[in-house]
Amino acid sequence: MVKINGENLDIAGRTLFEYLLDAGYDTGRIAVEKNGDIVPKAAYEKTVFADGDIVEVVSFVGGG
Amino acid sequence: MIPNREEMKKALEIRHGKELQEKFSQAKVAVCGLGGLGSNIAVSLARAGIGKLLLVDDDKVDITNLHRQQYKACQVGMYKTDALLSNLKEIAPYIHVEKYTGRITEENACDILQGVDIICEAFDAAQEKAMLVNTVLEKMPEKYLIAASGMAGLGTANSIKTRKITDKFYLCGDEVSEVSKESTLFSTRVMLCAAHQAHMVLCIIGGQHE
Repeated sequence: MVKINGENLDIAGRTLFEYLLDAGYDTGRIAVEKNGDIVPKAAYEKTVFADGDIVEVVSFVGGG
Repeated sequence: MIPNREEMKKALEIRHGKELQEKFSQAKVAVCGLGGLGSNIAVSLARAGIGKLLLVDDDKVDITNLHRQQYKACQVGMYKTDALLSNLKEIAPYIHVEKYTGRITEENACDILQGVDIICEAFDAAQEKAMLVNTVLEKMPEKYLIAASGMAGLGTANSIKTRKITDKFYLCGDEVSEVSKESTLFSTRVMLCAAHQAHMVLCIIGGQHE
């Protein structure tokens, strides 16, 4: 299981990029943290989820 | 009559205690974006006696900014860096303020922000927010970062909050209320979010953030 934003998902083995696409995220408006570390944007496609990963996708909305 | 440096310092020490005020006066904080969030953050930090502020913005004060940003009608047309510097000096005459009047990018962010310990992300556009957050977290992981997302509309004040994402990265706002045709920004809710960010800065400097 991979925990993303608090929800357990059965997606070990899939890439972060695939997940973000499926979940409808705009990759220009997010930051992704995996197990406490930032995932660089250039690494989204090669980041493969492993069982037990804890992931946080932070979304930004306009206004300030 | 403007109080002298010693009088200002003493007044802050009476309020905050000498030890904490010493920490505030040695802190270096960047405010990236000087709109509703950034101008309010900077005013709060200047009042608290933060030693050095770095103000970053490439924009000029517009008449449509006055409903929520800490500028005066007579400052319309001025660069926000110049206008805010002037306003901060009226509040706290002995504060050390540096300014960068230009756009921060992935390429120049490290150079601009190298001298600060804490960075406040206070941009308006979601893409700019994400760019700065990703750049700081990737290239400057030793710095504290306090970002903001979600403060538009007249929703409840109580949904604006601060959330710790990683050891040095905090996010303020309700995380969902986006500016749109139906939902604009109001001074109060933007100020609440700015206060969350400025408060987090003081907590970090004071060692009260764990």
